[in-house]
Amino acid sequence: MIASNGRAFSPPRLALVAAVVLAAILLPIVGSAYLVDVGTLVLVYIMLGLGLNVVVGYAGLLDLGYAAFFAIGAYTTAILMTQYHVAFWFTLPAAVVCTAVSGVVIGTPTLRMRSDYLAIVTLGFGEIVRIAATNFTFTGGPEGIYDIPHATIGAFVVRSPQALYVLGLAFVLVVLVGSYNLARSRLGRAWLAIREDEAAARAVGIYPVYYKLMAYVLGAIFAGLAGSFFAVKLTAINPSSFTFIQSVTILMVIILGGMGSLPGVMLAAAVIVILPEALRAFDQIRMFAFGIGLIVLMLARPQGLWPSRIGQIVRRTVVLSEASAAAGGAAGGAPTGE
Amino acid sequence: MVLPNRMDLALQQLVNGLTVGAFYALIALGYTMVYGIIRLINFAHGDIYAVGAFLGLSLYGLFAVLHVTNPVLTTVLGLVVSMGCTGLIGVLLYRVAYRPLLHARLSILISAIGASLTLEYGLFLIYSPSFLVYPHLFGRAGPPLGGVEVSWLQVLIFVSSVALMGALYLLVHRTKIGMAMRALAINQDAARLMGIDVNRIIAMTFFLGSSLAAFAGVLTGLYYSQISFLMGFLIGLKAFTAAVLGGIGNIPGAVVGGFLLGVLEGLAAGYFSSRWKDVVAFAILIIILVVRPRGLLGERVVERM
Repeated sequence: MIASNGRAFSPPRLALVAAVVLAAILLPIVGSAYLVDVGTLVLVYIMLGLGLNVVVGYAGLLDLGYAAFFAIGAYTTAILMTQYHVAFWFTLPAAVVCTAVSGVVIGTPTLRMRSDYLAIVTLGFGEIVRIAATNFTFTGGPEGIYDIPHATIGAFVVRSPQALYVLGLAFVLVVLVGSYNLARSRLGRAWLAIREDEAAARAVGIYPVYYKLMAYVLGAIFAGLAGSFFAVKLTAINPSSFTFIQSVTILMVIILGGMGSLPGVMLAAAVIVILPEALRAFDQIRMFAFGIGLIVLMLARPQGLWPSRIGQIVRRTVVLSEASAAAGGAAGGAPTGE
Repeated sequence: MVLPNRMDLALQQLVNGLTVGAFYALIALGYTMVYGIIRLINFAHGDIYAVGAFLGLSLYGLFAVLHVTNPVLTTVLGLVVSMGCTGLIGVLLYRVAYRPLLHARLSILISAIGASLTLEYGLFLIYSPSFLVYPHLFGRAGPPLGGVEVSWLQVLIFVSSVALMGALYLLVHRTKIGMAMRALAINQDAARLMGIDVNRIIAMTFFLGSSLAAFAGVLTGLYYSQISFLMGFLIGLKAFTAAVLGGIGNIPGAVVGGFLLGVLEGLAAGYFSSRWKDVVAFAILIIILVVRPRGLLGERVVERM
C-alpha cells in the first residue's frame, strides 16, 4: 500500500496508519451497534469520496451532480432485488453497467466544454435524475423503494450492523486499492498532465476528451458500487438521499481531505459523518457552518487537511526528465494544483 | 368555471411565462454581467435574490409597524431599500469570498458554493425554516383581455422589469462606468493600464447584479405570496440556464434567454405536465451547452487556459 517514497515510512506516519487500521478492525468487535452504524456510514462516504476523487482530484473536472450516480447504483440494486429477486452480488455488475453507461451518455457531449460549464451541466444532470426518480412510478416516486432484501453470502444474511460494517470495509478496500493503482497507472499520469496543463498534455499526444471520459466513467462506477451497498445497508431508499446537498457533501469530503489525497479523503469522510453526529444538538447551524467553513478553507488552506503528494511526484518526475535530458518538460510546468 | 379553449390556454401560458420570464431575465442579468467581467459563475446569485425577497418582507413588516399602508408607497420604498441593501451584500460577498481567489478557478467556484450555503442557511437561521407569507397588496383584478387572465401585478412586473433592463442597457452603453465595465470584459490588464479602477468596477457590477436580483425577489414575493430560504436555488439554476441560452456575458442575451425560458416552461407546464417542467429547463441547458455553447446571441468564447 505504501509508496516507495522514503517519507511514507516515517515513524509517526506509520504509527498513524497502524492506529487507523487497528481502529477500523476493532470497531465492530468493541463498538456499540450505534457506533458500528456510524462507522458503516463513514465507509459509504469513503467510497463516494474516493470515487469523486478520481473525477475532481485526479482529472480536475468539477462534478456537482455526483449524487446522480450514487442514486443510479442504489436504484439499480433496489429495483433488481425487489422486483426481479436478483441476488445482491448479481446486481453489482448491473449497477456498474448502468452507471458506466450513464457516465458515457452524459460525459461524451459535455466533457469538451469549458470546465465551469461542465460544473453546471453535471448539476443539471443531478437534478434531472433526482426529479425523474421522484416522478417515475418504477422508482417508487417520492416514497422510493423499501423492503429491499439483505445481501447474503451463502446461507449467511448480512443483517447485523457488524456484518454490514465488514461488508462495507470489503467494498472500501476494493475501491481503495483500485484508486491507488489508478493514480499510478498510465491513466493516472495522463490525468495529472491534463489537470496541470491541458495544452501541454495535448502537445505530447494525450487526447484529453478520452482520458476525461475515463475518469468520469470510473468515478461514476465507484459511486454506483457505493449506491448498491447503500441500498442493502438501509433496505429502503428514496430521492431525498440524492439531492444537490448530497453532491456538495461528497465534494466537501474531497476538498476537506485535500484533492487527490487518499488518506485525506478517508480522514475527511470520517469528519463529515462524525461531526454532525456529534453535533446533533446544533443541527440547525450545521449547513451554515459548512458554508462558512468552505469559504474559510478556500481562503486559508485551499490544499485541504491532508494534501496529496502528487505535487511532489510531479516535481520528482520533472527532475527525472530533466536529468535524462528529455526535451520539453512536458509533465507539467506548474508543480502545484490549481 | 369554463374550460379555456386551446388558443386561450396558449395565451394564458404565454402571459404566465412572460411574468416568470421577467424574473429569470432579471436574475440572469446578474449572472451574465459577473461572468462577462470576471468569468465566474456566481453560485450564490440565486441566494442573493432570496436575500432581496426576505429583506423586502422585513421592510413590509417595518412599514406595517410604522402605519405606512399605502401599497404603492410601501412597494416602491421596499423595492428601492431592498435593492440597495442587497446590492451592498453582493459587494460584501465579492470582497470576502471572491476577490482573494480571482485567479484560482476551482477554489473560487467552491468558495461560491460555500457562499450559497451560507446565505441560504443564514436566512434559515435568521428567519424561518418554513415558508413565510408575503403581504397580499394587489388583487387578482387586471385589464380586461377577453379569455386571458392578467392581473395588474403581472402588468407591473413586466413593465417595470423591462424598464429596468432598458435603464441597465443605457448605463452599460451610454455612461463612463458602463464603458469601464465593457473595457474590463474585453481585457482586464489593458483596462487597468487605461486607469480604470478594476476592483471598484467589479464591485459596482456585483452591486448592480445583486440589486436587480433583489428587485426580482421582492416582486416574486408579491406574485407567489410566499417565500422560503431555499427559493433561490432552483430559480438561480434556471436563470443561469437563461443566461447561457441567450449567450453568457451578453446583456440583451440574458433578457431574451430569460423571457424565452419562461415562455417555454409555461407552455411545457400547460401542455405537458408541470411536474416535468424543471426537467425541461435543465434539458434545454444541456442541449444548448452541447449544440451551441455560445448561446443565441453570444460571441464565440475560447477556453481560457
